[in-house]
Amino acid sequence: MSEEKEETPEEQQPLVVQKAQEKYSDAILEVSDARGELTIVVRKDVIHGLMEFLKNSPELVYDYLVDVTAVDYSLMEDVLTKYDYARFMVVYHLYSHKNRARLRVKVPVHEKELHIPSMASLWRAANWLERETYDMFGITFDNHPDLRRILMPDDYEGHPLRKDYPLRGRGERESFNFERQNA
Amino acid sequence: MRTDPDRVVGEPMTLNFGPQHPATHGTLRIVVELDGETIVKATPHIGYLHTGFEKLGEHQDYNQFIVVTDRMNYLSPLSNNFGYVLAVEKLMDIRVPKRCEYIRVILAELSRIADHLIWLGMGALDLGAFTVMLYGFEEREKLYSIFEKTTGARLTTSYTRVGGLLRDLYDGFEADVRQFLSGLPKALKEVHTLLTRNRIWMDRTKSVGYMSAEDAIDYGFTGPCLRASGVEWDLRKAEPYSSYEDFDFEIPVGANGDVYDRYLVRMEEMVQSARIVQQALDNLPDGPVNVDDYKIVLPSKEDAYGNIEGLIHHFKILMDGHGVQPPAGEVYCATESPNGELGFYIVSDGSGKAYRIRIRPPSFANFQAVPHMIEGGMISDIVAVLGSLNIVAGELDR
Repeated sequence: MSEEKEETPEEQQPLVVQKAQEKYSDAILEVSDARGELTIVVRKDVIHGLMEFLKNSPELVYDYLVDVTAVDYSLMEDVLTKYDYARFMVVYHLYSHKNRARLRVKVPVHEKELHIPSMASLWRAANWLERETYDMFGITFDNHPDLRRILMPDDYEGHPLRKDYPLRGRGERESFNFERQNA
Repeated sequence: MRTDPDRVVGEPMTLNFGPQHPATHGTLRIVVELDGETIVKATPHIGYLHTGFEKLGEHQDYNQFIVVTDRMNYLSPLSNNFGYVLAVEKLMDIRVPKRCEYIRVILAELSRIADHLIWLGMGALDLGAFTVMLYGFEEREKLYSIFEKTTGARLTTSYTRVGGLLRDLYDGFEADVRQFLSGLPKALKEVHTLLTRNRIWMDRTKSVGYMSAEDAIDYGFTGPCLRASGVEWDLRKAEPYSSYEDFDFEIPVGANGDVYDRYLVRMEEMVQSARIVQQALDNLPDGPVNVDDYKIVLPSKEDAYGNIEGLIHHFKILMDGHGVQPPAGEVYCATESPNGELGFYIVSDGSGKAYRIRIRPPSFANFQAVPHMIEGGMISDIVAVLGSLNIVAGELDR
Protein backbone atom coordinates (compact mmCIF):
# COMPACT_ATOMS: atom_id res chain seq x y z
CA MET A 1 0.00 0.00 0.00
CA SER A 2 2.78 2.39 0.86
CA GLU A 3 4.53 1.63 -2.43
CA GLU A 4 1.48 2.55 -4.43
CA LYS A 5 1.10 5.80 -2.62
CA GLU A 6 4.65 6.78 -3.34
CA GLU A 7 4.40 6.03 -7.02
CA THR A 8 1.11 7.58 -8.02
CA PRO A 9 1.88 11.23 -7.25
CA GLU A 10 4.84 11.12 -9.62
CA GLU A 11 2.68 10.09 -12.54
CA GLN A 12 -0.53 11.99 -12.04
CA GLN A 13 -0.03 15.17 -10.12
CA PRO A 14 -3.25 17.17 -9.92
CA LEU A 15 -3.36 20.08 -12.32
CA VAL A 16 -2.99 22.66 -9.60
CA VAL A 17 0.22 21.06 -8.37
CA GLN A 18 1.67 20.86 -11.87
CA LYS A 19 0.86 24.49 -12.51
CA ALA A 20 2.18 25.63 -9.18
CA GLN A 21 5.38 23.69 -9.68
CA GLU A 22 5.90 25.16 -13.11
CA LYS A 23 5.79 28.63 -11.68
CA TYR A 24 7.22 28.25 -8.21
CA SER A 25 9.09 24.96 -8.25
CA ASP A 26 11.87 25.99 -5.89
CA ALA A 27 9.51 27.58 -3.37
CA ILE A 28 7.27 24.55 -2.90
CA LEU A 29 8.49 22.69 0.16
CA GLU A 30 6.06 19.82 0.17
CA VAL A 31 3.01 18.41 -1.59
CA SER A 32 0.84 15.84 0.09
CA ASP A 33 -2.50 14.23 -0.52
CA ALA A 34 -3.76 12.69 2.68
CA ARG A 35 -7.41 11.62 3.16
CA GLY A 36 -8.23 13.12 -0.21
CA GLU A 37 -7.06 16.56 0.86
CA LEU A 38 -4.43 18.22 -1.23
CA THR A 39 -1.91 20.25 0.74
CA ILE A 40 0.89 22.44 -0.54
CA VAL A 41 3.52 23.89 1.76
CA VAL A 42 5.23 26.92 0.29
CA ARG A 43 7.83 29.48 1.26
CA LYS A 44 6.58 32.79 2.51
CA ASP A 45 8.18 34.98 -0.16
CA VAL A 46 6.01 33.55 -2.95
CA ILE A 47 2.70 33.22 -1.10
CA HIS A 48 1.04 36.35 -2.44
CA GLY A 49 2.07 35.57 -6.00
CA LEU A 50 0.96 31.98 -5.70
CA MET A 51 -2.43 32.89 -4.25
CA GLU A 52 -2.99 35.49 -6.92
CA PHE A 53 -2.16 32.87 -9.52
CA LEU A 54 -4.46 30.27 -7.93
CA LYS A 55 -7.32 32.73 -7.86
CA ASN A 56 -6.91 34.29 -11.27
CA SER A 57 -5.73 31.38 -13.39
CA PRO A 58 -8.63 30.59 -15.74
CA GLU A 59 -8.18 26.84 -15.27
CA LEU A 60 -7.91 26.75 -11.50
CA VAL A 61 -10.13 29.62 -10.29
CA TYR A 62 -9.88 29.19 -6.55
CA ASP A 63 -12.42 31.95 -6.10
CA TYR A 64 -13.61 31.15 -2.59
CA LEU A 65 -11.29 31.67 0.36
CA VAL A 66 -12.76 29.28 2.89
CA ASP A 67 -10.55 29.94 5.85
CA VAL A 68 -7.36 31.52 7.09
CA THR A 69 -5.91 30.36 10.35
CA ALA A 70 -2.62 29.38 11.95
CA VAL A 71 -1.20 26.57 14.01
CA ASP A 72 1.41 27.01 16.73
CA TYR A 73 3.66 23.99 16.25
CA SER A 74 5.95 24.77 19.16
CA LEU A 75 5.05 21.50 20.92
CA MET A 76 5.32 19.30 17.84
CA GLU A 77 8.98 18.52 17.50
CA ASP A 78 8.77 16.58 14.23
CA VAL A 79 7.07 19.41 12.38
CA LEU A 80 9.46 21.97 13.86
CA THR A 81 12.55 20.13 12.68
CA LYS A 82 11.06 19.56 9.27
CA TYR A 83 10.55 23.25 8.57
CA ASP A 84 13.69 24.76 10.04
CA TYR A 85 12.11 25.49 13.43
CA ALA A 86 9.37 27.73 12.11
CA ARG A 87 7.04 28.03 15.06
CA PHE A 88 3.88 28.96 13.22
CA MET A 89 2.19 27.71 10.12
CA VAL A 90 -0.38 29.94 8.45
CA VAL A 91 -3.03 27.73 6.88
CA TYR A 92 -5.25 28.78 3.98
CA HIS A 93 -8.17 26.73 2.75
CA LEU A 94 -9.31 27.45 -0.77
CA TYR A 95 -12.19 26.20 -2.84
CA SER A 96 -12.88 26.45 -6.53
CA HIS A 97 -16.55 26.72 -7.44
CA LYS A 98 -15.70 25.94 -11.04
CA ASN A 99 -13.76 22.72 -10.44
CA ARG A 100 -15.38 21.86 -7.12
CA ALA A 101 -11.93 21.29 -5.71
CA ARG A 102 -10.38 22.10 -2.39
CA LEU A 103 -6.81 23.04 -1.63
CA ARG A 104 -4.88 23.70 1.52
CA VAL A 105 -1.87 26.00 1.39
CA LYS A 106 0.46 26.19 4.36
CA VAL A 107 3.21 28.67 4.98
CA PRO A 108 5.84 28.28 7.71
CA VAL A 109 6.38 31.51 9.63
CA HIS A 110 9.35 32.00 11.94
CA GLU A 111 8.94 33.71 15.24
CA LYS A 112 11.71 36.15 14.36
CA GLU A 113 9.84 37.35 11.28
CA LEU A 114 6.28 37.22 12.46
CA HIS A 115 4.60 38.68 9.43
CA ILE A 116 3.15 37.49 6.15
CA PRO A 117 1.58 39.28 3.17
CA SER A 118 -2.15 39.95 3.48
CA MET A 119 -4.60 38.41 1.02
CA ALA A 120 -7.21 41.09 1.65
CA SER A 121 -6.56 42.60 -1.78
CA LEU A 122 -7.45 39.26 -3.42
CA TRP A 123 -10.44 38.15 -1.37
CA ARG A 124 -12.47 40.48 0.80
CA ALA A 125 -13.19 37.47 3.01
CA ALA A 126 -9.54 37.54 4.09
CA ASN A 127 -9.97 40.77 6.03
CA TRP A 128 -11.61 39.41 9.15
CA LEU A 129 -10.02 35.97 8.94
CA GLU A 130 -6.58 37.56 9.03
CA ARG A 131 -7.62 39.85 11.84
CA GLU A 132 -8.63 36.81 13.83
CA THR A 133 -5.32 35.07 13.12
CA TYR A 134 -3.49 38.20 14.21
CA ASP A 135 -5.60 38.41 17.34
CA MET A 136 -5.12 34.78 18.31
CA PHE A 137 -1.50 34.22 17.28
CA GLY A 138 0.10 37.64 16.93
CA ILE A 139 1.08 37.14 13.31
CA THR A 140 1.02 40.47 11.47
CA PHE A 141 -0.34 40.68 7.95
CA ASP A 142 1.52 43.16 5.74
CA ASN A 143 -0.62 45.63 3.81
CA HIS A 144 -3.76 44.63 5.64
CA PRO A 145 -6.33 47.45 5.43
CA ASP A 146 -7.47 47.31 9.04
CA LEU A 147 -5.37 45.07 11.27
CA ARG A 148 -6.99 45.32 14.69
CA ARG A 149 -7.97 42.72 17.23
CA ILE A 150 -11.33 41.26 16.44
CA LEU A 151 -12.49 38.87 19.16
CA MET A 152 -10.42 40.05 22.12
CA PRO A 153 -10.66 43.61 23.54
CA ASP A 154 -8.38 46.19 21.92
CA ASP A 155 -6.22 46.64 25.00
CA TYR A 156 -5.72 42.93 25.52
CA GLU A 157 -2.20 41.64 25.94
CA GLY A 158 -1.08 38.30 24.61
CA HIS A 159 -2.40 35.95 21.98
CA PRO A 160 -4.66 33.24 23.40
CA LEU A 161 -4.21 30.42 20.91
CA ARG A 162 -0.45 30.29 21.30
CA LYS A 163 0.65 27.14 23.05
CA ASP A 164 2.41 29.05 25.81
CA TYR A 165 -0.77 30.89 26.71
CA PRO A 166 -2.48 29.16 29.65
CA LEU A 167 -6.02 27.84 29.25
CA ARG A 168 -7.37 29.93 32.09
CA GLY A 169 -5.60 33.09 30.99
CA ARG A 170 -3.19 35.26 32.88
CA GLY A 171 -5.60 36.88 35.26
CA GLU A 172 -7.27 39.13 32.67
CA ARG A 173 -10.69 38.09 33.89
CA GLU A 174 -9.99 39.22 37.44
CA SER A 175 -8.38 42.51 36.46
CA PHE A 176 -10.76 43.40 33.62
CA ASN A 177 -11.67 47.06 33.74
CA PHE A 178 -15.40 47.21 33.11
CA GLU A 179 -15.50 50.99 33.25
CA ARG A 180 -13.03 51.64 30.45
CA GLN A 181 -13.80 54.53 28.20
CA ASN A 182 -13.83 54.12 24.44
CA ALA A 183 -14.37 50.38 24.31
CA MET B 1 -34.34 60.28 -4.09
CA ARG B 2 -32.39 60.31 -0.88
CA THR B 3 -30.14 63.30 -1.28
CA ASP B 4 -31.50 66.61 -2.38
CA PRO B 5 -28.59 68.78 -3.62
CA ASP B 6 -30.06 71.93 -2.06
CA ARG B 7 -30.53 70.28 1.27
CA VAL B 8 -28.48 71.63 4.11
CA VAL B 9 -26.03 68.92 5.06
CA GLY B 10 -25.61 68.69 8.78
CA GLU B 11 -23.04 66.87 10.79
CA PRO B 12 -23.10 63.10 10.38
CA MET B 13 -24.51 61.35 13.37
CA THR B 14 -22.93 58.27 14.89
CA LEU B 15 -25.31 55.64 16.17
CA ASN B 16 -24.38 52.65 18.23
CA PHE B 17 -26.54 49.74 17.13
CA GLY B 18 -26.31 46.97 19.70
CA PRO B 19 -24.80 45.01 21.37
CA GLN B 20 -28.05 44.92 23.33
CA HIS B 21 -30.56 45.94 20.68
CA PRO B 22 -33.59 43.60 20.48
CA ALA B 23 -32.83 42.90 16.83
CA THR B 24 -29.21 41.96 17.45
CA HIS B 25 -29.95 38.41 18.57
CA GLY B 26 -27.07 37.38 20.72
CA THR B 27 -24.65 40.23 21.04
CA LEU B 28 -23.80 41.99 17.81
CA ARG B 29 -22.74 45.58 17.54
CA ILE B 30 -22.58 47.88 14.57
CA VAL B 31 -21.44 51.48 14.78
CA VAL B 32 -23.17 53.38 12.01
CA GLU B 33 -22.51 56.88 10.73
CA LEU B 34 -25.68 58.47 9.48
CA ASP B 35 -26.51 61.30 7.17
CA GLY B 36 -30.13 61.81 8.05
CA GLU B 37 -31.51 58.30 7.77
CA THR B 38 -28.95 57.15 5.22
CA ILE B 39 -26.09 54.99 6.37
CA VAL B 40 -22.75 56.46 5.32
CA LYS B 41 -20.47 54.03 7.04
CA ALA B 42 -20.97 50.93 9.15
CA THR B 43 -18.38 49.27 11.36
CA PRO B 44 -19.29 45.95 12.94
CA HIS B 45 -17.64 44.92 16.19
CA ILE B 46 -17.68 41.32 17.28
CA GLY B 47 -16.27 39.23 20.08
CA TYR B 48 -18.81 39.92 22.82
CA LEU B 49 -19.60 36.24 23.05
CA HIS B 50 -16.06 34.97 22.58
CA THR B 51 -15.63 31.94 24.80
CA GLY B 52 -12.41 30.41 23.53
CA PHE B 53 -13.93 27.27 22.01
CA GLU B 54 -10.83 26.60 19.94
CA LYS B 55 -8.58 26.87 22.97
CA LEU B 56 -10.93 24.60 24.93
CA GLY B 57 -10.72 22.04 22.16
CA GLU B 58 -7.01 21.64 22.78
CA HIS B 59 -7.66 20.67 26.39
CA GLN B 60 -10.61 18.32 26.04
CA ASP B 61 -10.71 14.89 24.48
CA TYR B 62 -12.49 14.29 21.23
CA ASN B 63 -15.81 13.23 22.74
CA GLN B 64 -15.84 15.96 25.35
CA PHE B 65 -15.64 18.63 22.69
CA ILE B 66 -19.03 17.55 21.31
CA VAL B 67 -20.58 19.34 24.28
CA VAL B 68 -18.89 22.55 23.21
CA THR B 69 -20.25 22.26 19.68
CA ASP B 70 -23.80 22.43 21.05
CA ARG B 71 -23.15 25.99 21.99
CA MET B 72 -21.96 27.23 18.61
CA ASN B 73 -25.03 27.60 16.47
CA TYR B 74 -27.50 27.32 19.29
CA LEU B 75 -30.44 27.30 16.91
CA SER B 76 -29.44 23.94 15.45
CA PRO B 77 -27.03 22.21 17.84
CA LEU B 78 -27.53 18.83 16.18
CA SER B 79 -25.97 20.10 12.96
CA ASN B 80 -22.86 21.18 14.84
CA ASN B 81 -22.59 17.83 16.66
CA PHE B 82 -22.90 16.14 13.30
CA GLY B 83 -20.30 18.26 11.50
CA TYR B 84 -17.77 17.89 14.27
CA VAL B 85 -17.89 14.09 14.61
CA LEU B 86 -17.72 13.74 10.84
CA ALA B 87 -14.42 15.60 10.93
CA VAL B 88 -13.03 13.34 13.66
CA GLU B 89 -14.27 10.26 11.82
CA LYS B 90 -12.59 11.47 8.65
CA LEU B 91 -9.40 11.92 10.61
CA MET B 92 -9.67 8.37 11.95
CA ASP B 93 -10.82 7.02 8.61
CA ILE B 94 -13.89 5.24 9.96
CA ARG B 95 -17.32 5.02 8.45
CA VAL B 96 -20.33 4.63 10.70
CA PRO B 97 -23.13 2.14 9.88
CA LYS B 98 -25.73 3.16 7.35
CA ARG B 99 -28.45 3.42 9.98
CA CYS B 100 -26.36 5.92 11.90
CA GLU B 101 -25.76 8.00 8.79
CA TYR B 102 -29.47 8.08 8.07
CA ILE B 103 -30.38 9.04 11.62
CA ARG B 104 -27.81 11.82 11.54
CA VAL B 105 -29.23 13.07 8.26
CA ILE B 106 -32.79 13.02 9.62
CA LEU B 107 -31.80 14.98 12.70
CA ALA B 108 -29.62 17.42 10.77
CA GLU B 109 -32.45 18.14 8.36
CA LEU B 110 -34.98 18.50 11.17
CA SER B 111 -32.69 20.95 12.89
CA ARG B 112 -32.30 22.81 9.61
CA ILE B 113 -36.08 23.18 9.59
CA ALA B 114 -36.00 24.28 13.25
CA ASP B 115 -33.24 26.79 12.49
CA HIS B 116 -35.07 28.23 9.48
CA LEU B 117 -38.33 28.41 11.43
CA ILE B 118 -36.77 30.44 14.19
CA TRP B 119 -34.95 32.58 11.65
CA LEU B 120 -38.27 33.16 9.94
CA GLY B 121 -40.06 34.00 13.16
CA MET B 122 -37.42 36.33 14.49
CA GLY B 123 -36.68 37.95 11.13
CA ALA B 124 -40.35 38.68 10.61
CA LEU B 125 -40.79 39.85 14.19
CA ASP B 126 -37.95 42.35 13.75
CA LEU B 127 -39.80 43.78 10.77
CA GLY B 128 -43.06 44.01 12.67
CA ALA B 129 -44.80 40.81 11.57
CA PHE B 130 -45.51 39.42 14.99
CA THR B 131 -47.92 36.69 13.93
CA VAL B 132 -45.32 34.85 11.86
CA MET B 133 -43.19 34.37 14.92
CA LEU B 134 -46.04 32.54 16.64
CA TYR B 135 -46.55 30.24 13.66
CA GLY B 136 -42.82 29.54 13.44
CA PHE B 137 -42.45 28.89 17.13
CA GLU B 138 -45.39 26.54 17.23
CA GLU B 139 -43.82 24.27 14.64
CA ARG B 140 -40.39 24.57 16.17
CA GLU B 141 -41.81 23.56 19.53
CA LYS B 142 -42.98 20.26 18.03
CA LEU B 143 -39.48 19.65 16.73
CA TYR B 144 -37.87 20.49 20.03
CA SER B 145 -40.15 17.98 21.74
CA ILE B 146 -38.86 15.35 19.32
CA PHE B 147 -35.27 16.43 19.96
CA GLU B 148 -35.84 16.29 23.68
CA LYS B 149 -37.27 12.80 23.50
CA THR B 150 -34.39 11.68 21.27
CA THR B 151 -31.43 13.30 22.95
CA GLY B 152 -32.66 14.17 26.42
CA ALA B 153 -32.25 17.91 25.94
CA ARG B 154 -33.77 20.68 23.90
CA LEU B 155 -30.65 22.74 23.33
CA THR B 156 -27.61 20.92 24.68
CA THR B 157 -28.26 17.85 22.58
CA SER B 158 -24.73 16.34 22.34
CA TYR B 159 -26.33 13.43 20.53
CA THR B 160 -23.57 12.27 18.23
CA ARG B 161 -20.49 10.39 19.32
CA VAL B 162 -17.28 9.71 17.49
CA GLY B 163 -18.19 6.50 15.68
CA GLY B 164 -21.90 6.59 16.30
CA LEU B 165 -24.63 8.08 18.43
CA LEU B 166 -25.45 8.47 22.08
CA ARG B 167 -28.21 5.89 21.62
CA ASP B 168 -30.62 4.65 19.01
CA LEU B 169 -33.91 6.41 18.35
CA TYR B 170 -36.77 5.97 20.79
CA ASP B 171 -39.83 3.91 19.88
CA GLY B 172 -42.35 6.09 18.20
CA PHE B 173 -39.79 8.51 16.75
CA GLU B 174 -40.95 7.74 13.25
CA ALA B 175 -44.59 8.37 14.09
CA ASP B 176 -43.73 11.67 15.81
CA VAL B 177 -41.66 12.90 12.88
CA ARG B 178 -44.24 11.85 10.33
CA GLN B 179 -46.87 13.71 12.28
CA PHE B 180 -44.69 16.80 12.31
CA LEU B 181 -44.02 16.49 8.58
CA SER B 182 -47.72 16.20 7.80
CA GLY B 183 -48.40 19.48 9.59
CA LEU B 184 -45.45 21.41 8.16
CA PRO B 185 -46.83 22.20 4.67
CA LYS B 186 -49.90 23.81 6.21
CA ALA B 187 -47.78 25.95 8.52
CA LEU B 188 -45.52 27.04 5.66
CA LYS B 189 -48.53 27.83 3.53
CA GLU B 190 -49.87 30.06 6.27
CA VAL B 191 -46.56 31.89 6.43
CA HIS B 192 -46.60 32.32 2.66
CA THR B 193 -50.09 33.76 2.92
CA LEU B 194 -48.93 36.16 5.59
CA LEU B 195 -45.70 37.32 3.99
CA THR B 196 -44.91 36.36 0.42
CA ARG B 197 -47.29 38.81 -1.27
CA ASN B 198 -47.56 41.11 1.71
CA ARG B 199 -47.03 44.68 0.57
CA ILE B 200 -45.20 45.82 3.69
CA TRP B 201 -42.96 42.73 3.76
CA MET B 202 -42.04 43.17 0.10
CA ASP B 203 -41.31 46.86 0.54
CA ARG B 204 -39.06 46.17 3.47
CA THR B 205 -37.17 43.27 1.89
CA LYS B 206 -37.08 43.63 -1.89
CA SER B 207 -33.79 45.10 -3.23
CA VAL B 208 -32.59 45.51 0.33
CA GLY B 209 -29.20 44.14 1.33
CA TYR B 210 -28.24 43.27 -2.23
CA MET B 211 -25.31 40.92 -2.85
CA SER B 212 -24.20 40.01 -6.35
CA ALA B 213 -23.00 36.46 -6.97
CA GLU B 214 -19.37 37.62 -7.39
CA ASP B 215 -19.44 39.66 -4.20
CA ALA B 216 -21.06 36.80 -2.32
CA ILE B 217 -18.29 34.40 -3.31
CA ASP B 218 -15.61 37.01 -2.67
CA TYR B 219 -16.91 37.54 0.85
CA GLY B 220 -16.98 33.81 1.44
CA PHE B 221 -20.76 33.48 1.59
CA THR B 222 -22.16 29.98 1.83
CA GLY B 223 -25.51 28.39 2.47
CA PRO B 224 -28.86 30.06 1.83
CA CYS B 225 -27.30 33.53 1.56
CA LEU B 226 -25.04 32.40 -1.28
CA ARG B 227 -27.84 30.56 -3.03
CA ALA B 228 -30.11 33.59 -2.77
CA SER B 229 -27.50 35.42 -4.87
CA GLY B 230 -27.96 32.86 -7.61
CA VAL B 231 -25.06 30.46 -7.02
CA GLU B 232 -26.26 26.88 -7.08
CA TRP B 233 -23.91 25.41 -4.53
CA ASP B 234 -24.75 23.16 -1.65
CA LEU B 235 -22.24 20.92 0.07
CA ARG B 236 -24.82 18.17 0.34
CA LYS B 237 -24.70 17.98 -3.46
CA ALA B 238 -21.20 19.24 -4.20
CA GLU B 239 -19.42 16.96 -1.75
CA PRO B 240 -22.02 14.46 -0.52
CA TYR B 241 -21.30 13.16 2.97
CA SER B 242 -23.14 10.78 5.27
CA SER B 243 -25.25 9.20 2.49
CA TYR B 244 -26.70 12.46 1.14
CA GLU B 245 -26.18 11.00 -2.32
CA ASP B 246 -29.03 8.54 -1.55
CA PHE B 247 -31.64 11.25 -1.37
CA ASP B 248 -33.52 13.07 -4.04
CA PHE B 249 -33.81 16.77 -3.33
CA GLU B 250 -33.38 20.09 -5.04
CA ILE B 251 -31.32 23.15 -4.23
CA PRO B 252 -33.44 26.29 -4.26
CA VAL B 253 -31.65 29.22 -5.84
CA GLY B 254 -32.60 32.88 -5.75
CA ALA B 255 -32.06 35.43 -8.48
CA ASN B 256 -31.80 38.86 -6.89
CA GLY B 257 -29.56 38.33 -3.87
CA ASP B 258 -31.71 40.51 -1.63
CA VAL B 259 -33.44 39.92 1.68
CA TYR B 260 -36.62 38.79 -0.04
CA ASP B 261 -34.78 36.08 -1.97
CA ARG B 262 -33.04 34.87 1.15
CA TYR B 263 -36.49 34.51 2.64
CA LEU B 264 -37.79 32.55 -0.34
CA VAL B 265 -34.72 30.30 -0.49
CA ARG B 266 -35.01 29.40 3.17
CA MET B 267 -38.74 28.75 2.85
CA GLU B 268 -38.11 26.32 0.01
CA GLU B 269 -35.20 24.69 1.82
CA MET B 270 -37.56 23.65 4.58
CA VAL B 271 -39.72 21.88 2.01
CA GLN B 272 -36.66 20.12 0.57
CA SER B 273 -35.42 19.14 4.03
CA ALA B 274 -38.82 17.63 4.74
CA ARG B 275 -38.46 15.61 1.54
CA ILE B 276 -35.08 14.28 2.67
CA VAL B 277 -36.44 13.33 6.07
CA GLN B 278 -39.37 11.57 4.44
CA GLN B 279 -37.09 9.51 2.22
CA ALA B 280 -34.72 8.71 5.04
CA LEU B 281 -37.60 7.51 7.20
CA ASP B 282 -38.98 5.37 4.38
CA ASN B 283 -35.63 3.69 3.83
CA LEU B 284 -34.21 3.74 7.34
CA PRO B 285 -31.98 0.64 7.54
CA ASP B 286 -31.97 -1.69 10.51
CA GLY B 287 -28.87 -2.63 12.39
CA PRO B 288 -26.49 -1.08 14.87
CA VAL B 289 -25.89 2.66 15.14
CA ASN B 290 -22.33 2.47 16.39
CA VAL B 291 -19.18 1.18 14.76
CA ASP B 292 -18.19 -2.26 15.95
CA ASP B 293 -15.03 -1.21 17.73
CA TYR B 294 -14.86 -0.79 21.48
CA LYS B 295 -11.65 1.20 21.10
CA ILE B 296 -13.85 3.99 19.70
CA VAL B 297 -17.34 3.68 21.18
CA LEU B 298 -18.58 2.64 24.59
CA PRO B 299 -19.56 -1.04 24.78
CA SER B 300 -23.21 -1.93 25.26
CA LYS B 301 -24.43 -2.23 28.80
CA GLU B 302 -24.80 -6.03 28.41
CA ASP B 303 -21.13 -6.29 27.48
CA ALA B 304 -19.98 -3.91 30.19
CA TYR B 305 -21.80 -5.88 32.87
CA GLY B 306 -21.65 -9.30 31.24
CA ASN B 307 -18.05 -9.95 30.34
CA ILE B 308 -14.63 -8.85 31.44
CA GLU B 309 -13.53 -7.43 28.08
CA GLY B 310 -16.57 -5.25 27.87
CA LEU B 311 -15.91 -4.00 31.38
CA ILE B 312 -12.27 -3.19 30.58
CA HIS B 313 -13.23 -1.30 27.45
CA HIS B 314 -15.96 0.51 29.30
CA PHE B 315 -13.40 2.03 31.66
CA LYS B 316 -10.51 2.38 29.28
CA ILE B 317 -12.34 4.41 26.71
CA LEU B 318 -13.08 7.09 29.28
CA MET B 319 -9.54 7.18 30.67
CA ASP B 320 -7.25 9.95 29.61
CA GLY B 321 -4.89 8.64 26.96
CA HIS B 322 -6.80 5.41 26.33
CA GLY B 323 -9.92 6.63 24.57
CA VAL B 324 -10.45 7.89 21.06
CA GLN B 325 -7.00 8.51 19.60
CA PRO B 326 -6.90 9.50 15.94
CA PRO B 327 -3.59 9.11 14.11
CA ALA B 328 -1.37 12.15 13.72
CA GLY B 329 -2.33 14.30 10.80
CA GLU B 330 -4.72 17.04 9.82
CA VAL B 331 -8.15 17.16 8.32
CA TYR B 332 -10.64 19.73 7.09
CA CYS B 333 -14.22 18.58 6.98
CA ALA B 334 -17.10 20.81 5.94
CA THR B 335 -20.81 20.21 6.24
CA GLU B 336 -23.82 22.17 5.06
CA SER B 337 -25.17 23.58 8.29
CA PRO B 338 -28.39 25.62 8.18
CA ASN B 339 -26.36 28.81 7.76
CA GLY B 340 -23.81 27.48 5.29
CA GLU B 341 -20.43 25.85 5.32
CA LEU B 342 -19.49 24.78 8.82
CA GLY B 343 -15.91 23.55 8.67
CA PHE B 344 -13.72 21.89 11.24
CA TYR B 345 -9.96 21.88 10.75
CA ILE B 346 -8.37 19.49 13.20
CA VAL B 347 -4.65 18.95 13.69
CA SER B 348 -3.88 15.79 15.62
CA ASP B 349 -0.60 14.79 17.21
CA GLY B 350 -1.81 11.25 17.78
CA SER B 351 -2.90 11.80 21.37
CA GLY B 352 -6.39 11.75 22.82
CA LYS B 353 -6.78 15.51 22.53
CA ALA B 354 -6.70 17.61 19.41
CA TYR B 355 -3.53 19.62 18.91
CA ARG B 356 -5.55 22.35 17.28
CA ILE B 357 -9.21 22.68 16.44
CA ARG B 358 -10.24 25.45 14.12
CA ILE B 359 -13.90 26.12 13.52
CA ARG B 360 -14.88 27.85 10.32
CA PRO B 361 -18.32 29.25 11.04
CA PRO B 362 -20.63 30.47 8.26
CA SER B 363 -21.81 33.49 10.25
CA PHE B 364 -18.31 34.95 10.36
CA ALA B 365 -18.18 35.43 6.60
CA ASN B 366 -21.78 36.59 6.45
CA PHE B 367 -21.42 39.22 9.14
CA GLN B 368 -18.26 40.61 7.60
CA ALA B 369 -20.27 41.64 4.55
CA VAL B 370 -22.86 43.61 6.51
CA PRO B 371 -21.26 47.05 5.81
CA HIS B 372 -21.17 46.21 2.11
CA MET B 373 -24.88 45.46 2.20
CA ILE B 374 -26.17 48.33 4.30
CA GLU B 375 -23.95 51.28 3.41
CA GLY B 376 -25.98 53.65 1.29
CA GLY B 377 -29.23 52.18 2.54
CA MET B 378 -31.64 53.38 5.16
CA ILE B 379 -31.24 52.84 8.86
CA SER B 380 -34.27 50.58 8.99
CA ASP B 381 -32.56 48.25 6.50
CA ILE B 382 -30.06 47.16 9.15
CA VAL B 383 -32.68 45.15 10.93
CA ALA B 384 -33.92 43.56 7.72
CA VAL B 385 -30.40 42.64 6.58
CA LEU B 386 -29.27 41.29 9.93
CA GLY B 387 -32.41 39.22 10.17
CA SER B 388 -31.95 37.79 6.68
CA LEU B 389 -28.38 36.63 7.38
CA ASN B 390 -29.29 34.77 10.56
CA ILE B 391 -26.09 35.69 12.34
CA VAL B 392 -25.70 33.48 15.38
CA ALA B 393 -23.30 35.06 17.84
CA GLY B 394 -22.39 31.72 19.37
CA GLU B 395 -20.70 30.50 16.22
CA LEU B 396 -19.61 33.98 15.12
CA ASP B 397 -17.48 34.61 18.22
CA ARG B 398 -16.91 31.05 19.39
